[in-house]
Amino acid sequence: MANRTPTKRAAAAIPHGLDREQLLEMYRLVRLTRALEEKLEILFKQSKVIGGLFRSLGQEGESVATAFALRRRADGTGDVLSPLIRNLGSMITIGATPAEVVRQYMAKGDSPARGKELNIHFTDYQRGFIGQISPLGDLVPVMAGVTLTFKQRGEDRVGMVYIGDGATSTGAFHEGINFAAVKQCPLVVIVENNGWAYSTPTRMQTAAKSFADKAAGYGAAADRVDGNDMLAVYGAARAAVERARAGGGVTLIQVDTYRRRGHAQHDAHTYMDPAEIDRWATSNDPIDRYMATLTGNGWASVKELGEIDARIDRELDETIAEVEPSALPDEQEARTDVTAGGPVPGHWYRLDPPDPRMA
Amino acid sequence: MATATDSKQKPDHVRLTEQGKPVTLLEAIREGLWEEMERDPSVFLMGEDIGVYGGAFKVTEGMLEEFGSLRVVDTPISEIGFTGAAAGAAHMGMRPVVEMQFIDFIACAYDMITNYVATSRYRGSGPVPMVIRGPSGGYVRGGPFHSQNPEAAFFHTPGLKIVYPATAYDAKGLIKAAIRDEDPVLFFEHKWLYRRPQLREVLPNEDYVVPIGKARTAREGTDLTIVTYAAMVHKSAEAAEVLEKEDGLSVEIIDLRTLLPLDEDAIVASVKKTNRLLIVHEDTRTGGIAGEIAMRVSEKAFEWLDAPIQRVTAIDAPIPYSPPLEDYFLPQTDDIVRAARWLANY
Repeated sequence: MANRTPTKRAAAAIPHGLDREQLLEMYRLVRLTRALEEKLEILFKQSKVIGGLFRSLGQEGESVATAFALRRRADGTGDVLSPLIRNLGSMITIGATPAEVVRQYMAKGDSPARGKELNIHFTDYQRGFIGQISPLGDLVPVMAGVTLTFKQRGEDRVGMVYIGDGATSTGAFHEGINFAAVKQCPLVVIVENNGWAYSTPTRMQTAAKSFADKAAGYGAAADRVDGNDMLAVYGAARAAVERARAGGGVTLIQVDTYRRRGHAQHDAHTYMDPAEIDRWATSNDPIDRYMATLTGNGWASVKELGEIDARIDRELDETIAEVEPSALPDEQEARTDVTAGGPVPGHWYRLDPPDPRMA
Repeated sequence: MATATDSKQKPDHVRLTEQGKPVTLLEAIREGLWEEMERDPSVFLMGEDIGVYGGAFKVTEGMLEEFGSLRVVDTPISEIGFTGAAAGAAHMGMRPVVEMQFIDFIACAYDMITNYVATSRYRGSGPVPMVIRGPSGGYVRGGPFHSQNPEAAFFHTPGLKIVYPATAYDAKGLIKAAIRDEDPVLFFEHKWLYRRPQLREVLPNEDYVVPIGKARTAREGTDLTIVTYAAMVHKSAEAAEVLEKEDGLSVEIIDLRTLLPLDEDAIVASVKKTNRLLIVHEDTRTGGIAGEIAMRVSEKAFEWLDAPIQRVTAIDAPIPYSPPLEDYFLPQTDDIVRAARWLANY
């Protein structure tokens, strides 16, 4: 299909100022994202993943390509993003490690959130990612504040916040993007339209013709992009990031993609049409398309991509073997870090003998 | 200490303490905010109408001119928006102080405060040192949405601190402590106390803080303890005068000052001394903080009690507007006198 090539320019020219190494790095990141989720799914079936498992199957490309447009540093001076549950690719791209993610999913005591919060809900300000919370939309105001501070300090840093088609319906989204737009904050808002908010289809989420249309209502710049075309996504994200960095304020980018699994592993997604899922899987998979682009333009060979795959597989197996023996947290960890004031009181009746003076 | 040049540049309305003049509770808060803004460049203010207009109650008057629009941030009407933005700024190392134009509107940001801000440290997303402040309380004919005392709605949320001062001295010392605290602090400012002339006092002309989590003995006594806070400290003091004059009763008043964390030691110590406890709060009765205080005393000082714990509170209703309704709804001095009398005679 014609839209599989990123550009109609000469085949050998790599678009958006990218070089071959960067193309291969994006390939590694998107492949790593999918492979890591596949490994997690096996661990889930073995009951080693505790709680839910969320797949981003079919939308890994836009996660990686958007985050790839950010200035990624590990010393607290780079750009900052806040992902959604299906942005494992963004997390990995900005610097989270597979070992951290596996520890999180296995509720280990040495996981970044020390067993207190799940999955990819974790934070590192040095590497520039802020874990979301489950009430969706809340991170839009938070990221408005993060980027307000970049302005207050005169830093040329940019924020990127992800929101799904579903959570554009929340008050927090509205207040956050409006605030950021009024204050001209350097914020890029990625609206991932993957067709579904749990079981609710997009048509039941909004009467608007597109999510990009909403930007005008806030005085924000807008863009809309094929979310499974990684280079197109990168190009749109990069333009928005540059606009933000140059003082041009907020951009809302609608990224159209498709969630090929249920909301989480427990969800049999019977409300979805299997033929539709199949159509996206066979003809519009972001990794397949990216591979075709890389090889079709002569930017990479099938062989070297295969070598990257093999290395990822090997490294993930090593990571999992390394992480598995880690202990779950000590139960007393439940009492710590509520405030700076030390552990909260425990249960007096669990003492031996029970001591009500410890109530 | 401020240099002579500094004090010359400072507008008069934030120099009252410097000039040895008494300040109201509102002026004390304003001075506290101003001094923290001067002390620490990471402190900044956000809220509706706080900059150009100086705030609905003029707490932040003159601050935009002094500190500029990057540190005195007028916001759209967006309690979720600016509360979340404050959290984001705090993540980046700032010390935001946001104003709820009336504390009643804090309910709009309930999710952001309880789910996001209060859990951040626990989730491993780091401390969120921020202050949410605003005018609260009744006795001003403000009606259902300009009179509330929503502290109990947040009292149940681990991770937060709640401060509710009753005096100008405490208000200034506690707003400074709140700004310097490593955790999110809700700072309630009773609007009936804001400009009350009886509360004017000369404050020390030096940098001081009042520690969060410490109650104050507002009045020493031996017959009966009243545990209370905010405007009710003053109603209780009036009642204590009456009880002393007419009944010869010696009433001890504990002004909590901080509701979270609760100064259980101070409460228990006073109950052990007087053996009778009356809890007074302006908030409504069911689910009010009195219930938790009574339970703590039951856990820690049951054997010292000579009478059942009692409480004086507002009735379980929204806050009405018209004077006879609001007066009936809210605790009055005479209510405290009658309840204390009953308790003393038990």
